[in-house]
Formats: sequence, C-alpha cells, structure tokens
Amino acid sequence: MSLLRLARAVLACATALAACSPEPTPAPPATTTARYIDIPAGAITSALASDATPGPAAVAAFSLRETPVTQGEFARFVAAHPEWRRDRVPKVFASDGYLRSWPTPDRPAAGADERAPVTDVSWFAAQAFCESEGARLPSWLEWEYVAAADAKQRDARADPEWLARILGWYARPATEALPAVGGAANVYGVRDVHGVVWEWVDDFASLLVEGDSRTGDDPDKLKFCGAGAINLKGRENYAVLMRIALLSSLDAADGTGSLGFRCARSSQHQEQP
Amino acid sequence: MNILASLRTRAARVAAAALLGAGIGIAAHAQPAAPARDAATALPGDSVYRLAAALTDQNGRNFRLDERRGRPMLVSMFYTSCQFVCPMLIESIRDVEQQLSPAEREHVGVLLVSIDPEHDTVAVLKRTSDQRAGDPARWTLARTDAASVRKLAAVLGIQYRALGNGEFNHTTAILLLDPQGRIVARSSKLGGAEPGFVQRVRAAARAAPSGA
Repeated sequence: MSLLRLARAVLACATALAACSPEPTPAPPATTTARYIDIPAGAITSALASDATPGPAAVAAFSLRETPVTQGEFARFVAAHPEWRRDRVPKVFASDGYLRSWPTPDRPAAGADERAPVTDVSWFAAQAFCESEGARLPSWLEWEYVAAADAKQRDARADPEWLARILGWYARPATEALPAVGGAANVYGVRDVHGVVWEWVDDFASLLVEGDSRTGDDPDKLKFCGAGAINLKGRENYAVLMRIALLSSLDAADGTGSLGFRCARSSQHQEQP
Repeated sequence: MNILASLRTRAARVAAAALLGAGIGIAAHAQPAAPARDAATALPGDSVYRLAAALTDQNGRNFRLDERRGRPMLVSMFYTSCQFVCPMLIESIRDVEQQLSPAEREHVGVLLVSIDPEHDTVAVLKRTSDQRAGDPARWTLARTDAASVRKLAAVLGIQYRALGNGEFNHTTAILLLDPQGRIVARSSKLGGAEPGFVQRVRAAARAAPSGA
C-alpha cells in the first residue's frame, strides 16, 4: 500500500540526511534508561491556531525523550507488560496491523536493528509505553515547538533549508529498513524529530477539529461544543501540515509502518495540559 | 450513521490531497475484523469497557468504567461551563429517553463524562445533575483524570480540543453501548432525537435482561 511507500521514503531520506549532517554526533547508548531532555518554556506560532487563541501559544517547560522509542525498547516493554502483545491486546486498543513487522508476538526479527524506531504501534500502546516510563505522549504543541528547531536555532521554520530538508525526507523513495535512532541533535539536544519516523502526539485526534458552535442555526455547526474555530495557519508550512494530515487520518487503535513515538514529561510543579 | 467519522476522514483526505498533490498517499491499516483473541475475560476485545478508567460521579462516588457493563448505556462527553451546545446535548439525550416507554427507559443508563476535569468538580457535576440531567437513578455525570479523558475520548471517537480560553471544541456524539460496552450506534443530532438512533436504543432496551 501507499503507506509502505511512505515508510520506505522515510527511511531512505533519513539515511541521506544522516550522511549529510555536518557534525555527526555520537549515538546514545542502546539499553540504558531513556534520556529525557529538558525543554525550556517558550512560545510558538502554531500551524494550528484558533480564533479564540490567536497569536503565539505558550509552551510550559517540559522534558522530551531524546530519541524515538526503539524496537528493542518496545520489545522489553511488551515482555514486561504482556497484555500489550499483539496476540493479547484488545482490539479496541490496537487494530490488526499492530507490530505486524514482528515475526512473533514478543519480539522483532532476529537480526533486525534493535535500535531502529518501533512502528506499527497504536496510540494506546504508545501511551501505555510512556506511562511505563512515568511519562506521557507530548502534546501537538510541544512536539511542534521542538520540531521547529534545527541544530542552531529554536525556530528555524523561516529557514528555507529547514523546510527543504524535511520535504526532501518526505519525498524520497526508499527500499531499506528504518535506520537506528541517534541522528544529529537539534539545538535542544533532541534527535530524530525529522528524518526517521513520524510520531504520535497526545491530542492527535483533535488537530483538525473545526467549526464554530456559537450560533445554532446551521446543523453542521452543532458538531462542536465551544466557542471558536480552529484554523490552519501558515499554509506555506507544508512540512508541518503534512504531519497534521497524517495524524488526523488515523484512529487511536491504528498504526503505520512510518509512525513511531517518543514520550514527554511535564516539568515539576506543572499540571499536564 | 457515523457522520463525524466520515467528516473527519473527509477533512483529512482533503487536507492530505491539498498538501500532497498526487504524490504520497497516506492510509492507516485497514484491517478486516478478527475474532476476539482474549479468552481470559468475558469482555469482548472491542469493548469500550476494556478501558477500566477510574471515575467519580456527581455524588462523589468512585467507580470504574467497566462497572457500567450489564445494560445498554448512552454515553457522551461534555463540559459544564459550555454555554450552548452542551445543554443541548443533555436535552438531546433526554429527547431520546422521552421516545422510550417507561419500561424501556428503565433498562438504559446514561453516562456523561466531563472533558474538563479541572473545572468540573464533583460539586459542579452535582449542580448540573440537579438542574439539567434526567433521573439520577439512571443518569451519571462523572469526571476522571486528564489522561483518562483523552483515552476515553479516543475509544469513543470523540474529538475535543482546549481552546486556551477555558472553552473547548468537541464533537457532540451520543453513543449507544451494548451491555458488553461495544459501540452499536452513534448520533450527532442535537435538538430532537434521531429516529434511527431511537430505534437502536429501543431495541437495545428490549434486549436487555430484566432487572438490569
């Protein structure tokens, strides 16, 4: 299916990106406890903005996993939480494609790279994994905030090179397996936000919610309870909008071969949004 | 009729088409239904009650979502500070109830879970329950933690988004769950009950074991 093509595209260009990184940084260790990187508070003009909240959105300080969750890490999670094996998980939490690249329900193929990002995981499974690390999935805004960075600046979105690199990754067809995580770090020290896999976010299902329910005259407008529509802003920002389109097309029990995840933690003294 | 789902799919498709042109296609796993794999428990694999979320009702009583199994349930999500549509949502559920005979009504429970647990305290739920909701013997207004709100919305296919000003956008779907927690019907109509949906509710009520 087209997804496979997409997955292949993802990995080929990831390889290419790694190759052209100016300063390849050493990869994090494979099996130790996952590293979370502190992300300072700030603001971002989101590609998603609402009438009710125009202008930059505030992002509270949080921490984000340095790398996406790997095949090996997910296999250890499944071993510790066998209710998440694909032969045991309830359908409501994971559709039939869950972990389908694994030859057996408990581990990836022998010889497959343990440090490649896990894919074909549902949103529920991703949430459960993150909870096992005392974490959660990042919100869209948190993810977008970090994804705006390049190696030198926090918001590189105006830089044509930032966009070109990402679009290059999206577009390139490929035939190899996904590369291991641990690509070049961005300015925060977070790796592989672009170039390897797409990632679940906590509020994935609501990104394209739109409609205005302040008036009751149009039945179509009654779909949503609340004041204000959400509009897509920054239409030139294809790279980000493509992520939104993908995530919005999924159900929480779905997964795809190009979709992985990483986890986030709220900073202390802060309530999860 | 799954109007919301089709709208969402359409929106995503339009967006994807616009963004990608004729290039990369994006699709989720479309898998045929598989037999239930889990024999360890009687709950079917596609039961919403698999999410055994911990909730608190308008009287401060704690309960688990799966305690609602055993009879058909009308389930939705709402928030009490919502001025316009949420009161209509409650009214719409009452409209559905009004279409049922008293005997049928007895068999159908109602569960409304807040998407705004920060503001919808037990006291607020109690007030809303007293002012607007139906018979408290059958109606439950409940709150749960933020993470469970997100998961419950996901299993129910309800979308919501905080707008940052205390308001939320959310889909106004009313779901009919069978006694095992499977979603058997969905209505998005506000202001008057949807006849097809009422029929499904009536059928579920009649099929419910007496005394449930």
